[in-house]
Amino acid sequence: MIITLNGEKKTVPDGITVVGLLEFLKVQQERVAVELNLEIVKKDKFGTTAIKEDDNLEVVSFMQGGFLHTLKSNMKS
Amino acid sequence: MNMTDDKLVIAGIEFTSRLWVGTGKYKDFAETKKAIEASGTDVVTVSVRRINIIDRSKENLLDYIDPRKYKILPNTAGCYTAKDAIRTAMLAAEAGITKLVKLEVIGDEKTLFPDNEALLEATKVLVKEGLIVLPYVSDDPIMARKLVDLGCPAVMPLAAPIGSGLGIRNPYNIRIIMETVKVPIVVDAGVGTASDVALAMELGCDAVLLNTAIAGAKDPIAMAEAMKYGVLAGRLAYKAGRIPKKLYATASSPLDGMIGS
Repeated sequence: MIITLNGEKKTVPDGITVVGLLEFLKVQQERVAVELNLEIVKKDKFGTTAIKEDDNLEVVSFMQGGFLHTLKSNMKS
Repeated sequence: MNMTDDKLVIAGIEFTSRLWVGTGKYKDFAETKKAIEASGTDVVTVSVRRINIIDRSKENLLDYIDPRKYKILPNTAGCYTAKDAIRTAMLAAEAGITKLVKLEVIGDEKTLFPDNEALLEATKVLVKEGLIVLPYVSDDPIMARKLVDLGCPAVMPLAAPIGSGLGIRNPYNIRIIMETVKVPIVVDAGVGTASDVALAMELGCDAVLLNTAIAGAKDPIAMAEAMKYGVLAGRLAYKAGRIPKKLYATASSPLDGMIGS
């Protein structure tokens, strides 16, 4: 199925959960936060939250920066 | 004076350093790490951004800056609306490292001055959500009071526009802010060099946050060290109590026993 992940269309396995997606992406769960269709997914719900076709996901983490160079925000809603 | 007893406490969190540093604009993570170590800080600010889903092999800042060793202060840099700032701050909190957030709602690209109205709006929501909100705000005592009334345990007035290096442009307002609110004051943004941070500390501010002044210096590592001493010198001078300024001279050598008297 196709979802929108961090603003890009991406094909992921059907019926995948948030945990499954993070594993699929090889992302460490500890340092990320996930938004599903503009709602934050609590960490203890990662394993039980299923992703559906056309869902819009944001996976964010802590990055360098804070000042001028972050002007071009990539978090546009 | 023993500086190790002179701790800064905000919302029950003890800070060993009064110099807080950002992590932007360095050449690479190795330089970032070296500068942070040279600065002696225990607080680093970070942004909250989408992870790179295309290239997962890229290194992450937190591989270099150990969150067990440093207090991570996520910011909402780049947010121009209360809605975006709230969303970013909530995601930062959910990432699970800290409830602290340096709340920025930027009003304008040219000045990067805060949008104070939107800042109050976002603060209200985030305090209610249980976040520890440290707001980046204009050097305005009334705004500082309103933010503290909403539950901010510290305020972060700007010294000058972000990245400008102009130093404290209105020390009088900073002083009035210190008299107006009884929470720690962290001067944030606009610092250029070590004397600027010393001045902030001499005024009685509790800490200084900076990024560009170190990352943009010709030798960032050396400047980070200079900033460390600037903060220490300024803080010691503040605690020591400076002499009053006077218009005329006061002799420092005794006049007794002078030849010819």
